[in-house]
Amino acid sequence: MQIDLRTVAIRPKRQTFSHIARRQGQDKAASRYQEATLDLQPTANFHYRPYWAPQFEIFDSRRTQIVMKDWYSFKDPRQFYYGTYTMARARQQDAAESAFEFVEDRGLIALLPESCREQALQVLLPLRHLEWGGNMNNTYLCAYGYGTAITQAAMFHAMDRLGIAQYLTRIGLTLSGPDALDTAKTAWLEQAEWQELRRYVEDTFVLDDWFELLVAQNVVLDGLLYPLVYEAFDDAINLQGGTAISMMTQFMRDWKTETNKWLDATLKTAAAESPDNAAQLAQWVAHWQQRAQVALAPVAQLALPETGAAVLEDIAQEFSARMQKLGVRAAQTEGVAA
Amino acid sequence: MSKVFIALQTNDDTRPIIEAILADNPHAELNEAPAMVKIDAEGSLTIHRNSIEELLGRDFDLQELHLHLITLSGNIDETDDEFTLSWAN
Repeated sequence: MQIDLRTVAIRPKRQTFSHIARRQGQDKAASRYQEATLDLQPTANFHYRPYWAPQFEIFDSRRTQIVMKDWYSFKDPRQFYYGTYTMARARQQDAAESAFEFVEDRGLIALLPESCREQALQVLLPLRHLEWGGNMNNTYLCAYGYGTAITQAAMFHAMDRLGIAQYLTRIGLTLSGPDALDTAKTAWLEQAEWQELRRYVEDTFVLDDWFELLVAQNVVLDGLLYPLVYEAFDDAINLQGGTAISMMTQFMRDWKTETNKWLDATLKTAAAESPDNAAQLAQWVAHWQQRAQVALAPVAQLALPETGAAVLEDIAQEFSARMQKLGVRAAQTEGVAA
Repeated sequence: MSKVFIALQTNDDTRPIIEAILADNPHAELNEAPAMVKIDAEGSLTIHRNSIEELLGRDFDLQELHLHLITLSGNIDETDDEFTLSWAN
């Protein structure tokens, strides 16, 4: 008897779940990101309306002024779903951990000039409370936002904010001790330089429109604060010999570059959907950018006593250019940085 | 002119790579075999790093290609951004 061996190609009947196939056709294999994102949120058969907002369903796309035909046209260019997100952050956590260890092992803190250490404590530590605000706001986005494409990214963002707050805490403990955290909290609550920023953060807590919150917190405030603190201030600290501090804030810089990709894609998609959306976004950006610049002016002064105002103005211009490029045509804002 | 080809394993990681190659090289032909795809192209075939990165959503090192590579034919011209197969030399 003779046996012929041959390979038989068996094509799977289905390449993906039907709800994905309805979007992109039966023959195309879907990525894990698509399978973990598209059409996951419940859209029908809600039995009870929330007591606190009976005009809405539990998940309701009308909670924002932004109108989208398809809330899944938002895409996260990082393609984060739970798996990829945790793997990416675990890698970054390892890197940050080894940076902290290096700084501690080599006693680099003792080598820092005193003025530099003092300034880092003053500028960085109160931001723990701002990061906690960022966590609150992004959790709100996740709770009241519409469409898994946005809400899952917002939840990841919220957890990142807690992580950053923890890094800042750790910087405080490394540079000084537990007392530094109390001092920073008092500064956040009482020191004149931080009060406008605190007002901004606390005002965002009571925003109803979740897309406006995304603009106010993630796009505008972070878009101005991060370049100011983690780039301009960091450069200044480096010039004074504070490289150790720079090593400990590396995550924040990487994180901002990375999350900007998501935010840019989100704004671009929303603005491209309709002129109404673009105008609404532009109005929010203009309003919050003006407030953020007022709030950040004293902080810029604190971080960069000589050049603060000019640096903030540069950052604001770059930010406006970025918004223009995304199709968010911001109305003319006055130079309020001074 | 003769053909160049590249054969890659079929798995989750290579799907975006294959998609990027086909998008960048409209003259390329896809031949699917069990657990393998072979991409033939008349003349030359260029793989661009940035189009793979766009589909993948993360930074990509063209050297990662070799993890999934089964075989290829053609003279290779490799830079950080492009990987070109051709019979030009």
